[in-house]
Amino acid sequence: MKALAARLSRPWAWSFLGAVLVFVLAVSFTGGAGAGGMITTALALAVFTIVVGLGQMIVITLGPGNVDLSLPANIGLASAVSMTVMNGSDSLVGIGLLAALGCGLAIGVANYLLIRALGIPPIVATLSSSFVVQSIDIAYGRGLQIKPPDGFADFVSLQIGGIPVCAILAMLLSAGFGIALRRTIYGRSLMAVGQNPRAAQFAGLALERTRLITYGLCGMLGGLDGALLAGYFRGANVDLGNEYLLSSIAVVVIGGTSVAGGKPSVPGIWGASLFLILLLTMLNTFGVSAGVRLVATGLVIVAVIAIAGNRGLVNPSPK
Amino acid sequence: MGRFLSVRLLRDLLPALSLVLVLAAIAWLNPRAISYLGFTLMLNLAVPIVLATVAQMFVITGNDLDLSIGPFVSFVACVGATWLVENPLVGILVLAVSIGIYALLGWLIQWRGLPSIVVTLGMSFVWQGLAVLVLPKPGGSAPDWLLSLMNVKSPVLPFPVVASLVIAIVAWFIVMRTSYGAVLRGTGGNAAAIARAGWPLPVLKAGLFAAAGLFGVLSGLALLGVTTSADANVGNGYTLLSIAGAILGGGEFVGGIVSPVGAVIGALTLTLAASPLLTFLDIPPDWQVGANGIILIVVLAARTRIGRQAART
Repeated sequence: MKALAARLSRPWAWSFLGAVLVFVLAVSFTGGAGAGGMITTALALAVFTIVVGLGQMIVITLGPGNVDLSLPANIGLASAVSMTVMNGSDSLVGIGLLAALGCGLAIGVANYLLIRALGIPPIVATLSSSFVVQSIDIAYGRGLQIKPPDGFADFVSLQIGGIPVCAILAMLLSAGFGIALRRTIYGRSLMAVGQNPRAAQFAGLALERTRLITYGLCGMLGGLDGALLAGYFRGANVDLGNEYLLSSIAVVVIGGTSVAGGKPSVPGIWGASLFLILLLTMLNTFGVSAGVRLVATGLVIVAVIAIAGNRGLVNPSPK
Repeated sequence: MGRFLSVRLLRDLLPALSLVLVLAAIAWLNPRAISYLGFTLMLNLAVPIVLATVAQMFVITGNDLDLSIGPFVSFVACVGATWLVENPLVGILVLAVSIGIYALLGWLIQWRGLPSIVVTLGMSFVWQGLAVLVLPKPGGSAPDWLLSLMNVKSPVLPFPVVASLVIAIVAWFIVMRTSYGAVLRGTGGNAAAIARAGWPLPVLKAGLFAAAGLFGVLSGLALLGVTTSADANVGNGYTLLSIAGAILGGGEFVGGIVSPVGAVIGALTLTLAASPLLTFLDIPPDWQVGANGIILIVVLAARTRIGRQAART
């Protein structure tokens, strides 16, 4: 009982609990039919939220005021760039992915430079850069009708025994993040900077380098997501990343990462992503209209934040 | 001291300066645009944008950000195009309740210490969904009184200019000249001090959000009056535009520093720079949003430079 209580005291446990709850509701509505398919689809779609969620998580961990609003525009542009570079040919998939990562990295570094060199608050800096990136994407990607290479498209939706290969890769990526946050100099610096930038600086940590790496890394994850989405949905699109503005921030907060900074939660990203996607699946199985689905999603997010979201702010360390 | 004042003055004049620059560029490219008819056309959509920007400014006053104002404006326009015409009483009631919801959100955000970005992002889904439910297909019609209001032919100055002036004065009076406005700005400047002076912070935040809701409703109705019919996505672009305008006009994210007159000027600058200026420069509309981003970056960079200058002297 004590062990259970200890587990539940971890902020991210609630997101998994929520995911299980909506899943059970959805399955009981269908009478148990399609439960396996539901999990497969949820995992496949969760990958995209998880990849950007990890990026948003490290940015938010930098401390109050840090958030990347340019992710949707980033995803849109990277999807167009990667599809153009791949040009429908399987032999160019690697270069296309590198191009997407490079595109995202450039956006991330540009964000950092706006914040650092021009002294613009991160929210406005990433907002302004997202305007510019979006325009570049509209001008560059207009009428772009390039399909992803067959091999790439097949790979992105490939599954082994009902588990999408991409979900396994995302699991490895997340594990890598978890280890990097705890065991590398960068990870420790990130958390220290997020908890108290002044103290981190006095301790001799490279404040600005940590910020640069964080925004760059977040940009790269956005770029990667753009390429993956274009592969999954068979083509690049300016609006491809739109829904990830909300979901990238929501999964970070619902997953128990502290909004006050310095306290990331990798498992929470998974729990919250699965929760949000299973919530949509549940509403879909209930057969509600698009309007009701939007209202219900929004209300659930607000309710979850209202009930659980302030733990990080009011009581930063529940140890 | 004199040096400090002039730097401070320069910072305050920055929004107006950017507007004058944009106007000068338009006048140089197309002198005929600087006329009664020219401004009426160029500022066609300015009034709803100005109102949405003022709404955003109220939220920014309390160090928060409203990412739901765009879908909220859409929702209001949809209600205006349907219920407000068919059954005015129900329409007014729904709009009043929606302002109440805004107040409730402000109260909730303060009471639970929530990140406003996430709460308002969640609400953006709610308003969007409600807009779709109210008006599933684009259409509806604006009430007659709204149409005639938005098409007033005012003497000397075109209606959008007159309306912007009125909005600026009203917002300026509320925020800068009333004692309640000073307390509201105080919640952004030093919330602890305000709380210690005996003010209930959740109620104050509710007040800020209610003001945002009120101006959001006005924005939606004004937009409906201009476009004459509505659809569920009509105002969605206003979220980012309103933040950009409020910041451009001298607002800061921390410290309760806002400028109502600046916000109106910021919104006008973005309206003029995004569409008419680009058209006269033969730049395709693809770059509209990008132009907004670049203006924002340039003005904020200039402001930071001035701020650093002020810190040095």
